Amino acid sequence: MESLGMDWTAVQTVVWTLIKILALVVPLMLGVAYLTYAERKVIGWMQVRIGPNRVGFQGLLQPIADAVKLLMKEIIIPAGANKGLFILGPILAIAPALAAWAVIPFTDTLVLANIDAGLLYVMAITSMGVYGVIIAGWASNSKYAFLGAMRSAAQIVSYEIAMGFALVGVLMAAQSLNLVDIVRAQQGGFWHWYFIPLFPLFLVYLIAGVAETNRAPFDVAEGESEIVAGFHVEYSGMAFAVFFLAEYANMILVAALTTLMFLGGWLSPLPFLPDGMLWWLLKTGFVLFLFLWFRATFPRYRYDQIMRLGWKVFIPITIVWIVVVGAMMQTPYGHLFH
Amino acid sequence: MYTTAIFYFFAAILVFAGLRVITARNPVHAALYLVLAFFTAAGLWVLLEAEFLAITLVLVYVGAVMVLFLFVVMMLDINLDRLREGFWDYLPLAGFVAVLLVIEMALILGGRHFGLEVMGTPAPHPADYSNTKELGRLLYTEYVYAFELAAVILLVAIVAAIALTLRRRKDSKYLDPAEQVKVKRNDRLRIVKMDAVKKSQAGEEGA
Repeated sequence: MESLGMDWTAVQTVVWTLIKILALVVPLMLGVAYLTYAERKVIGWMQVRIGPNRVGFQGLLQPIADAVKLLMKEIIIPAGANKGLFILGPILAIAPALAAWAVIPFTDTLVLANIDAGLLYVMAITSMGVYGVIIAGWASNSKYAFLGAMRSAAQIVSYEIAMGFALVGVLMAAQSLNLVDIVRAQQGGFWHWYFIPLFPLFLVYLIAGVAETNRAPFDVAEGESEIVAGFHVEYSGMAFAVFFLAEYANMILVAALTTLMFLGGWLSPLPFLPDGMLWWLLKTGFVLFLFLWFRATFPRYRYDQIMRLGWKVFIPITIVWIVVVGAMMQTPYGHLFH
Repeated sequence: MYTTAIFYFFAAILVFAGLRVITARNPVHAALYLVLAFFTAAGLWVLLEAEFLAITLVLVYVGAVMVLFLFVVMMLDINLDRLREGFWDYLPLAGFVAVLLVIEMALILGGRHFGLEVMGTPAPHPADYSNTKELGRLLYTEYVYAFELAAVILLVAIVAAIALTLRRRKDSKYLDPAEQVKVKRNDRLRIVKMDAVKKSQAGEEGA
């Protein structure tokens, strides 16, 4: 009888967790859909165009129409492709992009899994995203796809190091790997947020985040002018859409992490205003707007320039600043870096 | 009960992936099975409450080392038939090494210093126990010399690898970005004042 009760609570936990996962993933997917809409609108306005305005009021149903269109299309598997891996590619791209959200806190208490090594978990899971790209590029059995995959792999591995070092600065300042604790350590107005004492790391993280998600101006992995569409050139229909979803989910993830680690997460900028999830949404939205702004503004980097920026500029900056933070913590001004 | 089931689930995948690493015909498939093996091993480490090590295993081996590995394997044009040519010649030596390894493992695992009776079950830690902090403390206090030594050895390996592969090509078209940025308009562009040669031709061309 007792064991039956135990099982019942276990089942309850599992069901409850599944409901929570759904409650996280559904808004996230909607966010992704409307991020594509926002991207087209914002870039449209920046280039003095209107952007999508046909489907629904002001084009608001455009993402839904796109999704339906992609769902209806045939998925073509090239004759020379490695079939199993060809299908595995998109799955491995989207799985880490969603799995990383498990530890992202929205407020003090609103978090799926408040684990102790949250920051490390995010790093580990996002580093797996590159497999989707590599496997897709290789399994397509196409030179363009393969070149795109190689470029992307080299780029992601390079920028991950700079990104990791930027995070080391944050965990030194917060003295914790737990994302909730990191935000709590920034309490007390916007001048306590980490983007001020860790400004170089903030910049490096933001730019490395753009590079990690293969976004313009670092999108050589899918440079149309050189390698058509890069690693997903052979993909059609929903298989292509899954890559698309993964890219945008990763974008929102990087924006959310920037918010949590450098911009105070759900904390309000002025101490007398109430904290809340609204601030989290506003800050994440602002960082996402930066992503779109970059894309509308900067021309694509040349490949060797990307590698130089990653290895010879960002990694030295982060290492120097980690030493600065460590040294300053031993001085009377150490509280500025906590 | 629940943990045991998960353990056997991960263990079965790990053994299967390990077998496939050496039996898969395609080297890319073999590398991907190795990735799977690392990942399931990380799952097993989580069961052992070694969360930090498990995540680091994924971060370092799955996220970086194996990516570079795949990178190389995908670019190599490996001829499988030529790789298999010497199979029977090497079999006696390889078999000897394998038997030796099995005997060694049997000696260790079957010995009286190792086993459930000797080790006992370690007490589970509460949820707020941070093994990241504990590990850091141990590495930088008790084992600091060993840790620093390992770091220095790695540094030497990095320097050696770069020194061995660094070649300056004479025909390299490398441009120094610092000099590129410093270029002023006057370094590249010369404005020449000229009198107009033909008069009022432009109007005709436009029409």
